[in-house]
Amino acid sequence: MNKPIKIVINNFDYYYNKKQALYKLNLEIQANEILSVFGPANSGITTLLRSLNRLAELNPEGRAEGEILLDGKSIYDEDVNVTELRRRVGMVFDVPTPLPMTIFDNIVYGPRLSGVKNKKDLTAIVEESLWQAALWDDVKDRLGMPAMSLSGGQQQRLCIARVLALKPEVILLDRPCSGLDPISTAKIEESLIQLKEKFTIVIAPHNVQQAGRISDRVAFMLMGKLIEEGPNEEVFANPKDQRTSDYITGRFG
Amino acid sequence: MRKFKEKLSGRVFFALAFSSISALALITVFILIKGLPIIGKIGLSEFFGMTWAPVSQNKFGIFPMIVGTVSVTLGAALIGVPIGICCSIFLAEYAPAAVRNIFRPAIQLLAGIPSVVYGFWGLIFIVPLIREYLGGPGLSILAGAIILAIMILPTVISISEVSLLSLPRQYKEGALALGMTHWQTIKSVLLPSAKSGIVAAVILGIGRAVGETMAVILVLGNAPALPASLKDSVRTLTTNIGIEMGYASGDHQEALFATGIVLFIIIMILNSTAQYVTRKKH
Repeated sequence: MNKPIKIVINNFDYYYNKKQALYKLNLEIQANEILSVFGPANSGITTLLRSLNRLAELNPEGRAEGEILLDGKSIYDEDVNVTELRRRVGMVFDVPTPLPMTIFDNIVYGPRLSGVKNKKDLTAIVEESLWQAALWDDVKDRLGMPAMSLSGGQQQRLCIARVLALKPEVILLDRPCSGLDPISTAKIEESLIQLKEKFTIVIAPHNVQQAGRISDRVAFMLMGKLIEEGPNEEVFANPKDQRTSDYITGRFG
Repeated sequence: MRKFKEKLSGRVFFALAFSSISALALITVFILIKGLPIIGKIGLSEFFGMTWAPVSQNKFGIFPMIVGTVSVTLGAALIGVPIGICCSIFLAEYAPAAVRNIFRPAIQLLAGIPSVVYGFWGLIFIVPLIREYLGGPGLSILAGAIILAIMILPTVISISEVSLLSLPRQYKEGALALGMTHWQTIKSVLLPSAKSGIVAAVILGIGRAVGETMAVILVLGNAPALPASLKDSVRTLTTNIGIEMGYASGDHQEALFATGIVLFIIIMILNSTAQYVTRKKH
C-alpha cells in the first residue's frame, strides 16, 4: 500500500487575472496509482491538470503560486525545461487531438523529435504504444491512413498511444471519454488499469461512476478547493464531508 | 401585410445584390466587345508579338508587357511573400497582445495608403538609390518589385494570420503537450495545417501585384521593350493601358482593351485558384 510519492502539490493557488481558480491545494499523488480528481464543472480540475505539465501557462492571464514537486523537484523552478517536463508528464485532452497526419506519424512524432530515426525502432514503438492503448487490432492494416479518418473513440485511443510513445512517467487525462460511446469508454478504462503498472495516472473522469470503476484513490474538488481525498472505497462508502456525500449521491452537481 | 413585407424585402435585397453582379457582367461584355475584334484582325501571333508601336507602325504586340508584368510580379512575390508570412507567424504566435495591437492597425493602414503615394515615394526614394548603387536609370523592374512587395504585404499578412488563428486550439495544445517546442509546433503542425490559407494569401497578393497600375507607372520607366536585367525599364499590362488610353483611338484603343482582356484572364485564373485552394480541406 505504501507506494512512493510521485507528485506533491503544496499550497498551490492559481489565478486567471484577478479571479482565483485554485485555492491552497495540498495533494500527494503516489506512483503507479490511478487518481481521479472529480467534481462539478468549473471546480478547477482542468486547471489543476494543466498546471501539472505547465500547459496552463499558455494563457497569458494565468498565474501560479505555491509549488508542485515532481520526484521531489519543483516543476516551476527557473531551470526546468518545460519541453522536457511535458514529455515526462503527458496529457490527453477531452477532445481527441490527432495531428493532421497519418496514424503512424502521429505516434512517432514525439520519438522522432527526441532523436529516434531508425525505421525499425519507430515501428516497434508504434506497435507497442498501439497495443498498450488497445488500438492495434483496429488500425494495424492502415497505419498510413490519415488519423482524422478514425472514429472518435479510436482517435482518443490514438492520442493515448501517442502519449505512451513518449515513455512518460505521469499521464494526465482530462475527461478523456466525454464524447465517447460506452464500448470505447470501456476499452480506454481497461487499458488505463493495465497502464498503471508502468505509469502514474491522474484522470478527470467524466462522471462519478467512472471514478469509482477505475481509481485507486479519488479527490473531490468544489469551486477550486479540495474538499476530500482518500482511497476509492473509503471516500465512496464513507465520505467525511457532507458536500462529497451530496455530490456522490447525485443531490447536486 | 406582414407577408407582403417579407416578400418585398427579399426582392429588394436581391435587386441590390444583382446590381453588383451585373456590373461585373457589363464590364466583362464591354471589354470583350471592344477588345476581341482587334485580336481577330491582326491574329494571335502578332498580338502576342514582340513589337508594340501603335502609332508609328500599327504594331500591337504585347509580349514585352507580359514579360514586364511577370517579372515585376515575381520579384514582388520573392521579396514580399517571405516577409509577409514571417510577419503573420510573428503576429499569430509570438507577439504579445500589446505589440499585436499596434502592429495590426499599422498593417491595415499600409493597405489604406493610396497607390500613387507609393509610386511617388518609390520615385523619390527607391529609384535614386538604385541609380546610385546599382547604376542604370533607376526606373526599373527592381524598383517596381520593391514597391509592389510593400503593397502586397497587408494582403499576405492578414490572410495568412487569419488562417493561422483559425486553427483549432487543440492542434497547438496537443503538440505542446507532446513536448514539442514552440517553433517545432509552428513548423510541423500549425504551418502545414494552415497551408491552404497561406497559399491563398500568396495568390491573392500576387493578384494585387498584377493589377496594380498607378504605383508602378511612376517607377518602372515604362519602356515597351524586353528587359535584359533587373535594372532595365519595363512596361506592364496595366501601365500600358494607363499610359496610352488617354489619347488612343481606333485600332490602338481596341488593342488596349485587348490588353485588358489578357489582364482580366490572368486575374480570373489567380482568384479562382485561390478560391479552389481555400475550399479544399486537407
